[in-house]
This record gives sequence, structure tokens and C-alpha cells, in this order.
Amino acid sequence: MKWKDLLAVAAAGALVTGCAATAAETETASASASGPSKSSAKAVFPSTYKRYPSDNVVITGATIFDGEGQQIDNGVIFMSAGEIVSVGGPDTAIPTDSTIIDGTGKYVTPGIIDIHSHLGDYPTPSVPAHSDGNEATSPVTPEVWAEHSVWPQDPGFSRALANGGITSLQILPGSANLFGGRAVTLKNVPARTVQAMKFPGAPYGMKMACGENPKRVYGNRNRKPATRMGSLSLTRQTWINAQDYRKKSKGTKPPKRDLAMETLVGVLDGDILVHNHCYRADELNQIIDMSKEFGYKVTAFHHAVESYKIADILAKEDICSAIWADWWGFKMEAYDAIPENAALLQQAGACVVIHSDDENQIQRLNQEASKALADGRAMGIEISDATAIQWITYNPAKAMGISDQTGSLKSGKMADVVLWNGNPLSVYARPEKVWIDGAMLYDANDPGRRPVSDFELGQPGEGDVK
Amino acid sequence: MKHFAKILVSSLALMAAPAAAETIAITGGKVVVGDGSAPMDNATVVIRNGRVVAAGGNVTVPANARRIDASGKWVTPGIFAGFSRIGLVEVGAVRSTNDTRAADSVFSAALDVQYAVNPFAAPVAVNRAAGVTRAVVSPSTGNSMFGGYGAIVDLGQDSDPITKARAFQFVEFGETGHSRAGGSRAAAHILFRAMLEEARTYSRSPSLFDSDLMKASDAKALLPVINGSTRLMVHVNSANDILKVLDLRKDFPSLKLVLVGAHEGWRVANAIAAAKVPVLASALTDLPEGFEELAATQSNIGRMKQAGVQVGIGMINDRDAHQLRYSMQYAGNLVALNRIPRAAGLSWDEAFAAISSKPAEIMGMGAKLGSLKAGRQGDVVIWTGDPLELSTQVETVFIDGVEQSLSNRQERLRERYRNPAPGALPKAYDR
Repeated sequence: MKWKDLLAVAAAGALVTGCAATAAETETASASASGPSKSSAKAVFPSTYKRYPSDNVVITGATIFDGEGQQIDNGVIFMSAGEIVSVGGPDTAIPTDSTIIDGTGKYVTPGIIDIHSHLGDYPTPSVPAHSDGNEATSPVTPEVWAEHSVWPQDPGFSRALANGGITSLQILPGSANLFGGRAVTLKNVPARTVQAMKFPGAPYGMKMACGENPKRVYGNRNRKPATRMGSLSLTRQTWINAQDYRKKSKGTKPPKRDLAMETLVGVLDGDILVHNHCYRADELNQIIDMSKEFGYKVTAFHHAVESYKIADILAKEDICSAIWADWWGFKMEAYDAIPENAALLQQAGACVVIHSDDENQIQRLNQEASKALADGRAMGIEISDATAIQWITYNPAKAMGISDQTGSLKSGKMADVVLWNGNPLSVYARPEKVWIDGAMLYDANDPGRRPVSDFELGQPGEGDVK
Repeated sequence: MKHFAKILVSSLALMAAPAAAETIAITGGKVVVGDGSAPMDNATVVIRNGRVVAAGGNVTVPANARRIDASGKWVTPGIFAGFSRIGLVEVGAVRSTNDTRAADSVFSAALDVQYAVNPFAAPVAVNRAAGVTRAVVSPSTGNSMFGGYGAIVDLGQDSDPITKARAFQFVEFGETGHSRAGGSRAAAHILFRAMLEEARTYSRSPSLFDSDLMKASDAKALLPVINGSTRLMVHVNSANDILKVLDLRKDFPSLKLVLVGAHEGWRVANAIAAAKVPVLASALTDLPEGFEELAATQSNIGRMKQAGVQVGIGMINDRDAHQLRYSMQYAGNLVALNRIPRAAGLSWDEAFAAISSKPAEIMGMGAKLGSLKAGRQGDVVIWTGDPLELSTQVETVFIDGVEQSLSNRQERLRERYRNPAPGALPKAYDR
């Protein structure tokens, strides 16, 4: 949807940018709102998420992809009290007081994680009243927070759960701006408030953008940036301002509180993770040099369709590429995209994350990973099935700063688990059951385990299996 | 500049010069005819003079045939994209390369995509390499609810992509039609009726034609729509809008309607079936992108099929200029849906037909395209496995019986950067 919006908008010479361009966020003291922070400041807009009741569940006889690149055949997984207790082969001890699910012929993965989503800030229906993803009134808006735009009743959350097994996701501001604002990480649990979806302990992200979108949006208004060099200069000047603010904050006369600067200082302090929308290889390299100039780290380049051209550099710099399997050609900077991008990065030892940036493909992230895997194998690159699953589980968790809590099936982690009715890398597989913190929130065989948002209640088709 | 362009074109034509149609026998493969019948193991497909001669288990291989051993492979008709903008776009957001709509033109129904389809566009080569051999190509709408004439094209590497020009007229109803017609559904319906009435006026005395609604060329373009000699493809989504479109035939009984999109088609599937109006439906759309599709569901196609609607897959406004290669994935998802209680999908055989014979039949080309029945054009693809499965690759593509190059710039980029670090010379010298 955002992709369509983007094209329509570009064609109309208008300004707003949908998905195929986004930004991240940073936070300062308030990063502690829902997570560990070096700051002692009191959390604001704190997470109120609480896990729902769960049973002791054991799945036996399944093929398990653990999220960290391992495959266990005829495996056993035991969940209790919202956590994963044990994962192993057929000889794994099975507690007696548990619900036993026969997973023969089925597959188990960690809950799928989408590092790049606009659910809630560009929700459906995609009417102008719902367009809350881009604060496109200034190219520098690190002060805005995506969570203040997220509409929890977006029907897209339910489809991502039921069809895609999505259990965690990062909601980013759009890419109209060089500094788009703060991103928020959510558990994909329906709630009345965003706070009740916020992932406990997740660090904030900050969305940045390079390339076509900011210069189109502002250049069309005869404002800076109208060029790529304009974008870099404004971005650098903003970092200079942030360094100055940071220095003064530590002095005897702290400056007046500034939300934008708090986010940027959060990045400079390492508390907030940078998610940088950027397509072209040459521009990725420019951004890397800029990050070195100011002493911060880019955690992930998003939509980096040309990462394959500098896979060696990205591996050395330890920066993830969050990418589509095969999107291409929708704009000039996406013209050189190739379906082997993920595989070439993997071959070079660089971090791969498959993302959606799309309310439809988030429902099939497993299939996107599978396509990227198949295209890699077709060119002779050997990659395991389990590694492809890592692209949509552990790797995004790591890049979102939540890999200690979720993203792989390890003892003590959150019981975010999907049981698939076949190999999730096959087009014929679907989620059968999805647990979030051990609570079964989707069951294909039980219409009662299927969320319906307020928006859809009482509408035509509400009783439908969406 | 002109000179340069000429050289470029002629050199491309040389590079792309296809081998003459030959007699080919593809043996030992798992053959899918594409008409909804089950795959046949160890079967043979014979192509001669650009057409399918036979496909089956008991086929005699002509003595002069080039034999291709397809043991362990799957052999199918080429994928027929039921809706697309292929060849109309190189880079979506680069306006000068995007010929889908003409918002500043004084014409509407008279616009004809046959002059815009570029067989040398990169997306044609990319999707050909993925097994897509034919497509419906439609304009979008600009300043009117009518977009103009669409065509049926092949994705071959030669310079003539047009299989059938003026195959249909494209019109928007629903939310987009409402917008194009001036701001309401009522406006769309009166505009539609008024334009068709004006076209009739034109036909009575063309030289005297003077209309505030449209040019003579547009009026002329609508005449074959009124008399049903050209299909009218209607983009419409909501249940109510679909019923109102079906009712257009009360005023214009000869209209040959085809619905595209139809996200809420399942809610009025019986009415669509009774009206014998075929549908090219989006396969997986299941979100209420607009209020005209509140009831969107992945079960839409399955339920329409169950109600007796003739239905194929057509991905309107869904990366329809670049990603026709999603067709197989979409069809596969409909097969998967059958395993979900209360959902409705398609059988494998039906799903493959929905991206081969069904769109061809819906566009009136079933006797010529879309399957491996004898006499059909020789559009044949050899796959490493089940064509709907994500891990499957395309091995060989024939269009009109001519083996096609699968090379494209994505493949060239991939090979250049197989090892990203420059060697003795910069990357620019690797080719």
C-alpha cells in the first residue's frame, strides 16, 4: 500500500512518502520508558504490556528452526509461564503436567519479527485521515515518536499475526525526512493502547533517510534539501548541533530541554539504534563515513537494495541490511535491485534481515525469505533453511536490541513461537498456532483464537476468516 | 540523438534475434496442460511452427524434432498474467518512463496502449525469465473514468509484443471512478451513461459531432464497447458497486463485461455467476485498504469459484508493472489456503489454471493461448519443480515456439557483483 502511495504521490509531484522510504528514531533519557537505559531519568509513555495467561505446552516430533541457524529434526520444545524452558531432540524430557501437541510433519520457528513496518502509523483503511507516518513539515524531526501515531486498531496487526506469525515488529516513521523520528518496538498483541503493545525493555530506534525521498519532498517546495549534497550537509549540521547540546548537557549550565536533541544525544550515547533508509551503494558508504565523523553507529540500513555491491564493506562495518527479497524498479534508486541481494550479503558474512515495509508482505515474510534463499541457491550460494529463518527472527531481533528476550528458541527467552503446518519456506505452509509470551493468540483451528479489531467489528466480512 | 537511437535499436534487434520456430519435443517431464486437469507424469510436449501440436503421455515424437529431456522437470504453459502494466513502465517514479496514465491528455477512451508497450523494457525481460509469457496490459485512468484500450501482449524478446491490440476498454468504477467522474458514484454512473449515449450520437453523424464530454475519437472508441465487440474491463471492488455495474447491462445490453479487482466479489458471487460475468481478481488482498473493500479476504477467489464464477488471477495496482513473477506465489498461496478451516482456496490444478488458461479464456483468447492443448501458441516453460513452489527455478522458456533468452540486467548485475571487491580492473570492466 505504501508503495502504491509513494508512486501516486511521486507521479502527482506531491510530497508525502509512504513506506519505501522511512526513518528511525532515537531517544535520550526517556529510552528508559520501556527498557534498560543508561539514563536514570524516569520512563515516559512506559510499556504496560503484560503477558496473557498461558498453559504448559510441549510440542513433540516437529522440525525446529531455532532462529540462530540450527535445525533440529524430530524436535521437542517445552514452554511454561511465558518462557521457553527447553528445546532439543526426541530425548528431551517431557513434563507430565503439560498440553502435548503432536508436531509430526509440522515445523516450529521463533515468532517472526518484522524490523520495518508502518502498521498503525499508516493503517488501513488508507484514508488521508489515517496518514500518520511522515511529519513532512520539516526535514529534521528527531523529536517525533512513531508510537504517538500508532493506531492499535489497525486491522493489519491481526493479518500479520494470523497469516505471517508475526510476534514482534518495529514501527518506524516514514522517510520523507532526514531525521524521521523515533521508532517503537511492539509485541503483536491486540490492545486498547499503544503502551499495552510496547515491547518491555526494547531500546528505541531512530529513523533516518537518505536519497530520493527527502530531496523530492523538500526540493519540490524549494526548500533544503533539494539535492543529495544538501541532505548530507543538513544531516551533518544537525549532528554538530547534537554534539554541542550533548556537551552543554554535561556542563554546569544545561541547555533548555529539547526533544529533538534528546533523541540525537540518545544515539550519540549508544542508547538509541539508528535505522537508516538508504538504497544506493555509494550513499550507504557516505552514511558510514558520516557516522564515523560523529561517532555513532548505524545499526541497519533499510531498503538497501544495492548492499550486494558493497557486501564486503558492510560485513567489515558490521551493519545489517534490512531488505526486501525482490522489490525493484519502483523508483530510480531501486533500479539496480536484484533478488540475490540477501544471498550475496550472507556469502560475504554480512548481516541479513528480510523486512516488509508493507502491510501485505508482512503476512508472508517467511515466503520472502524463502524466495531470497532460492535465488541464492540458484546462483550457487549454499545457505541452509535454518539460516533463511534467522533472517526473519534472530537477526531482526538483534538489530532491534531485543535478542536477549526473543528471536530464537533458547531457554529463558520469551515463548514467542509459531507452529507451522508445513515447512515455512514452502508456499503451501501456513501458521497453525502462534504463541506470544506463551499465550496462544492464534489458532487456525479455533475461530475464537482470532483477533478482530474494533474497526472491523460489525462490518461486512467480520465473521470471515480473513 | 536520433541516429544514436537507431543504432541502439538495430543492435538490440540483432542481439535479440530469435531463432526461427523449430520443431521441438520436450520429453519425460511432468506436464501441466493448464486447463485445470491434473499433471501428467512422464509426458511429452511437441511444438511445431510456433504452436503446440500435442501434449500427453502417448505422443509420437516427430523425427526431425529437437529433443529436450525434461525428466524430473515440470513442463507447463507459460504464465498468463491476467492483469498488468508490463512494458508501460521502466522506473515507476520516473514520469518520463511511465506510460500508464495520461492525466494531461484531452483524450480518454481513445488512448491505446499498443503504441506504448515497450518490448525492450527491463521488466519484460525480468518477468520473461521468471516464466511469464503473456499478459493483459491495461492503461490507468487519467482525467476520465475511461483509461483507454488495453492489449494482450507476449513477453518475447522480439520487437513485436502485441498479440491482440484493442482487446478491451478499461474503466474505473468504485472509489477511483467516483474521483475521476467528479466526486460521487452518481457522477460516475451518469458520466458513463452519457458518454455512451454521446457515442451513439456520434455514430449517427460523425461529421456533426460536438460534445462537451469528449472528443470524437473517444466517442468512436466507445462504439465497439456498446455493441459488445470489445470487452469492457471494469475495475470495481465493493459488493454494492459490483451489483450496480452488473446493472449497466439493463441500459446497454450488449456490454461484454469483465470485472477486475472485485475484492468483495464473494459477497455477491451468485449475482456475478448468474450474470455470467468473468472476474480477474486480486488473489491475496485481505485488508480494508479502502471502505470499498471492507470485506476483502484471501478466500475471495475460492468462494467465487465455488459459486460458479469464471475467475482468474489479475493483480491490479499490485506491482503490476514489475512483479508479474508473483503470479505463481499467489496461486500457491490459494492452494495453501485450502488447509485452513472455513477458508476457501483452490486446488492445485485450479490454481495453475487461474494463471494460465482462465485469464486467456476470460479475455476471449482461450482457443489460442493459456494452455498446452493442441493448436495453442507455443508458450511453454520448463521448471526445475512445482512451478507454484518458491524454491523452483525456470530453466527454459518458449514463446510462440521460439526459445527465449533468459538474460536480463538483474542477472548481469548479479554476475558482476558475485564477488563485490574489484579485481585487476574496476567493476565497470566486468561484463
